[in-house]
Amino acid sequence: MKKSVFFGALAATTLVAGLAGAATLEDVKARGELICGSNTGLTGFGAPDASGNWTGFDVDLCRAVAAAIFGDATKVKFVPTTGETRFTALQSGEVDLLVRNSTWTASRDSELALDFVAVNYYDGQGFMVKKDLGVSSAKELDGATVCIQTGTTTELNLADFFKQNNITYQPVTVNDDSEAQRQYLAGACDAYTTDASGLAASRATMPDAENHIILPEIISKEPLGPVVRHGDNQWADLVRWTFYALLVAEEKGITQANVEEVLASTADEEVKRLLGASGDMGAKFGLDNAAFKNAIKAVGNYGEIFARNIGEGTSINLARGLNALWTQGGLQYAPPFR
Amino acid sequence: MDQHFARTDMLPPLPPPIAERGAVKWMRENLFSSALNIVLTVLGVLAIFWLVKSSLPWWLNSVWNANSLSECRQIVAANAGEGATGACWAMIRQWWGAFIFGFYPPDQWWRPITAFGLLLSALAPVLFSGQKRNLIIVLGGVAVFLLVALTLADAPGGAFALAILLVAGLLGLALVQPGRLFWFTLVYPALCFWLLWGGPIWSPIVAMAGFGVLYAVFRLSSSVIGLAPAAGAGIVAAAFWWLYLEEPVVRALQTALPFALQSINSDQFGGFLLAIVIGVTGITFSLPIGILLALGRQSDMLIVKTLSVGFIEFIRGVPLITLLFTASLLLQYFLPPGTNFDIILRVIILVTFFAAAYLAEVIRGGLAALPRGQYEAADALGLDYWRAQRLIILPQALKVSIPSIVSTFIGLFKDTTLVAFVGLMDPLKGVTQIVRADINWKGIYWEPYIFVGAIFFLICFGMSRYSMHLERKLKTDHR
Repeated sequence: MKKSVFFGALAATTLVAGLAGAATLEDVKARGELICGSNTGLTGFGAPDASGNWTGFDVDLCRAVAAAIFGDATKVKFVPTTGETRFTALQSGEVDLLVRNSTWTASRDSELALDFVAVNYYDGQGFMVKKDLGVSSAKELDGATVCIQTGTTTELNLADFFKQNNITYQPVTVNDDSEAQRQYLAGACDAYTTDASGLAASRATMPDAENHIILPEIISKEPLGPVVRHGDNQWADLVRWTFYALLVAEEKGITQANVEEVLASTADEEVKRLLGASGDMGAKFGLDNAAFKNAIKAVGNYGEIFARNIGEGTSINLARGLNALWTQGGLQYAPPFR
Repeated sequence: MDQHFARTDMLPPLPPPIAERGAVKWMRENLFSSALNIVLTVLGVLAIFWLVKSSLPWWLNSVWNANSLSECRQIVAANAGEGATGACWAMIRQWWGAFIFGFYPPDQWWRPITAFGLLLSALAPVLFSGQKRNLIIVLGGVAVFLLVALTLADAPGGAFALAILLVAGLLGLALVQPGRLFWFTLVYPALCFWLLWGGPIWSPIVAMAGFGVLYAVFRLSSSVIGLAPAAGAGIVAAAFWWLYLEEPVVRALQTALPFALQSINSDQFGGFLLAIVIGVTGITFSLPIGILLALGRQSDMLIVKTLSVGFIEFIRGVPLITLLFTASLLLQYFLPPGTNFDIILRVIILVTFFAAAYLAEVIRGGLAALPRGQYEAADALGLDYWRAQRLIILPQALKVSIPSIVSTFIGLFKDTTLVAFVGLMDPLKGVTQIVRADINWKGIYWEPYIFVGAIFFLICFGMSRYSMHLERKLKTDHR
């Protein structure tokens, strides 16, 4: 993850947040459109296609929030943000919500005056090496040259990891993912390190993918999630529970295709509350009662979003791993809709 | 008997010895004239040979038709054997729209195309003033370009006919009265704005009318209150027009005579469309601002001089990236929440300031190069300050500075790629990153850079050639 939070920190410390109006939901409704800060282009997570339609794992969460508010997943505008501009864009009110594979860390949560409302993807830093290097664990990388992107938290994690294990390495610094991949393939470094999801995507597109392996060690925690401004709890709740609605939907077997059918036939009280058939769950968030049903209908449940964008059926081919539901040994756990 | 031999005709001259003529002579003089040169030549030839040897197969194995990078690789492997490398231009084939227009809707592509054609037509009278032949060549070229490009872009019939008629009209005007073409250049900015961003046709017309208001107030009041106060009054009246009257007038006209193009948001601009919009606007506005700043810096008036020096030194002391971050991040904090101040406009303004500060110093160099006698001659002729500048000082100072001015322009145009750092879709990094985010093309490296670099080279080389042409044309010395 890009670390360059300098501008964010500068802006936050000098012009403490709270400048933008607190009632984000009212602003969004009045505007008739959700503005979502997204990536300038990250395979599988968020990028426009050749005709400018945004797709991806993070993008779908934005669409779900738009569908919950307006009942229409197309009422969302994506603003590409770079590692440098993302947090300031959020603080200054240029975007309502930031879903841009941003790692939840203590300092970002506190001193940048941001709130990470959930974790939609549990990532971690890994290593990729060529098979014929004969290495099966990252601890055997003593003396290896490692390709690493400059100015990211991965650089610090790497230094920590090698220091803790008392082994040495030679960093080869590169600017971005594509350059790292090229250097690694050209043999400029023995190992390439970045987030495991990024490694998988890189490996999937290599000409000789079978000759490269991703080592089992994950050396850091990178919980990625949607971010909102400090100080507007109603808006934070709305985003958080829209995400949880997608999780609960997977847990209860509600899909994009069968949501209407489930609504008509279910006897499960929690599902009824979730889909707006009983109680006033949507209204509590300042939305229509069918808000969460609309979100599920627009993008599908969490499992469907995962499978469509980055899951095992796609070329990126990521396993659910930590991102499986808690019932299946993963970490994705939603509090009850009650 | 004594025999005498007298030659009656001249011998034909022998050709010079083989070592003193043709290719051999040229090589002896230029490549192998000394031991050092022999070594350098051999090394140079080896380097070229090595470069060509390692890159030629890559160029020769180019693939033009494929749907993904892996498909490209398979085709290269099938054609040239396992392990061969080849360029994958199929990516450009699939994504060229994004490289040229960003995400401008494809059914509206005729609008930037028309705007570009008309841009050339509007620039021609400025670039080739008084050169009828060149004017006609440019306008004819534009007409052909529009015919071809608009047909390819499926422009609607009305727009097609209008654009061609407009260029044909300009061509006719160039034949009869080339001087009048400047009027089109003056109207062009509003027309271009309307073509690119869309919306009611009345907004640019009413905005331009503000200048009419300025001029009318100035003319009417100048005889009564004097030149400077009249100019002030004109500016106040125009500002009043733009701030308070423009919106209701546009709305009234739009309800009376509705005529509008589909509105296009700034976030749909990208690729070379974005680079050219920022570059051309920056170049156009930075030149006059730069001239004023240069004159201000030389002025005797304390406030004007201090402000000019402060502005120039501040802007030159800060990297462009910082200014871009200011445009994209800090301005949002200073403006009231909810203000939607267009990001492209913000970037254009700061890029213009940046270029203007550099130009001011370049032009100051030109002003300093003029001998004092020129200033004194202007004074002796009894010319006032502005006349002296316009008729005597600036024409010479600008002529001296042409190479540096064009360098600054080329630098400005290339610097437009830096907008990628504030999340805009510039052709080099912005669009390339999006292409690489597509799983089909992830891992592609050289091809987008080469494609974008080639287009940049064409444009910058064009500017450079034009500046040489201008220098030759304006050359008045007898060396």
